[in-house]
This record gives sequence, C-alpha cells and structure tokens, in this order.
Amino acid sequence: MRAKLFGLFCGLAFCAQMAFAAIDIYEFSTEELRLRYQELIQELRCPKCQNQSLAGSDSPISADLRREIHRMLEDGLSDAQIKQFLVDRYGQFVLYEPPKSGNTLLVWMLPAAMAGMGLITIGLVLFRARRQAIQSGLDEGDDEF
Amino acid sequence: MKRLLLFAPLIVFVSLAVFFYAALEMRKTRSVEELDSALIGEAFPEFSLDNLNGEQVSREDLVNGEVTLVNIWGSWCPSCVHEHPYLKMLVDQGVRLVGIDYKDTPDEARNWLSRFGDIYEFHIQDPAGRLGIDLGVYGAPETFIIDAEGVIRFKRVGIVDERVWTTQMLPVYLEYGGQIDEG
Repeated sequence: MRAKLFGLFCGLAFCAQMAFAAIDIYEFSTEELRLRYQELIQELRCPKCQNQSLAGSDSPISADLRREIHRMLEDGLSDAQIKQFLVDRYGQFVLYEPPKSGNTLLVWMLPAAMAGMGLITIGLVLFRARRQAIQSGLDEGDDEF
Repeated sequence: MKRLLLFAPLIVFVSLAVFFYAALEMRKTRSVEELDSALIGEAFPEFSLDNLNGEQVSREDLVNGEVTLVNIWGSWCPSCVHEHPYLKMLVDQGVRLVGIDYKDTPDEARNWLSRFGDIYEFHIQDPAGRLGIDLGVYGAPETFIIDAEGVIRFKRVGIVDERVWTTQMLPVYLEYGGQIDEG
C-alpha cells in the first residue's frame, strides 16, 4: 500500500514537472543529449524573470537561451562549459545552485555546521547523563554499560 | 552561567533569522535593472553582422577610439520610443551612438527610424539575438557605454533618461574621456 502511494506520488510529481515545461521542438542526435538538455534548462534560471527556470519561462530571452543550449550540446560542449558560457554573460544569477566558493560558501557550510553542533550537543548531553547515572550507581538491569 | 548556555541555541537561531531576513529584504528592493552585469570591464564581443543597408559590420567598425553608447533597440519595443528623444539630445551634444537592432526585421526597423528619426551612426542587425546573448542582454532597451578601446564600462537595463544619465552614466562617460559639446 505504502509503495503504491509512493509510486502515485512520484507519478504526480513527474506530471507536475511536465505541466510547466515550455514547448520547443528540438531534435537531438542522441538520447543522452536530450536528457542533458532537460536537466540544464531545469537547473538554469531565466535571467529576466527572477524565479523561473529556463524550462518554465516563456520569455523571449529564455527561448533564445534554450536554443543556444541546444546548439552548444550538439557542438559537444560539456555541462560545465555551457554553464560557464551563461555565467560569463549573465552572472552567477543564472545558476539556481550557487557555487561552493566565495560568499555563497556560507550557504553550503551553515547547515553542515549546524548539524555538527547539534550532534556534539546531543553527544555531550548523553555522555553527561550516562556519567551521572554511573556515578549514582543506578545503571543496573537494562543498560549494557 | 549554565542557565545562559541553555539559551545559546535560541540566540543563534534568532541572529541567523535576523541576518537572513535582512538579506531577503535587501534582495526584494533590488530590481532586475540592478542585477550585476557580468560584462563590466570585459571587451565588447567580436561579431560580424549586417548593418541596415545589408553591408557587413564588425567590432572594428564599432570601436573607433571614441567613447560610444551602444543602444539595444527594436521597432517592437515601446520603451525605445520613450527614450528616443533623450538619446537624440545626447547625440546633439556630440555623443556617439550606435544601435543594435535587436530581434527585428530591416523593413520594420527602417519604418520605425523614418518615423522617429535615425539618430544613430549605424545599426548592427541582430535578428536572432545572438549578439544579444554575448552581451548578456535581457531585452530592449539596454544601453552600454564602451570606452575608446572597446571595453564595456557600464550597462543600463531599461530606458535612459535625465536621471539615469546624469546620476549614473555621465560620470562613467566623462571618466573614460567622453566629450560633451554644451552644458
């Protein structure tokens, strides 16, 4: 039952993705290029519209950029080269995923740092509780130590 | 002391919340016009496109040792009509102006120019917007200041008017040796 629900959820999520995809007709020489194209236009932001990916935007500039990405893929450029092409022209704004360097490094490090601090705190609390339990000689029965 | 330690997570949380909220608010007041241009300080890209007479023009025609305004416009662009009189005034003051006719057809461009006046030294036709992408263009109008060597020094997204010219563009124009005839 749970697996079925999960399957349904995934299916619906997929449909939702398809629903806002802009429609251009591009022929790709290989299936791999088509998949990379789909991935790139999801990951890159329309430079003009703040909160839409290239895939979701109908603005003329997004259509132009999709055409360029198609061309570059067919020319054999790597994903990194294509992203760099757009960053050189439109700035890092076009990347939904900020780079792991400079002042955006904070965004990447903070969650890990917070989680680390949380684990240390939990560890300390447990350690202290256990030591207290040992000291007061109450650790008989269900605990191993 | 121990009591105080209990509040540490709350203090960390509140300071982070304030920090990110402030950053978010700052973002909101920024419009697309103030997005960082990746191209300031970069050389104007190479191109080989037609002018409105069908003759090929390239970067060498654009870069002639004068500080130049490069205006991206199109006959389909209503704001371009709005900024046209102000650009004309700048041209009358001796500012060199070159047009990029962006995503347009030559016929419609010529119609537009005969209606409103051709104030440009020449036009670069960019029907597919390919040069526009190299320039990081979002739409029209946009105006670049390029220096005598063809390095991009300023980019304006949106119309050029009195306020934008005097507060933002004129200082850059003069800094790189641009000349104004009067005023």
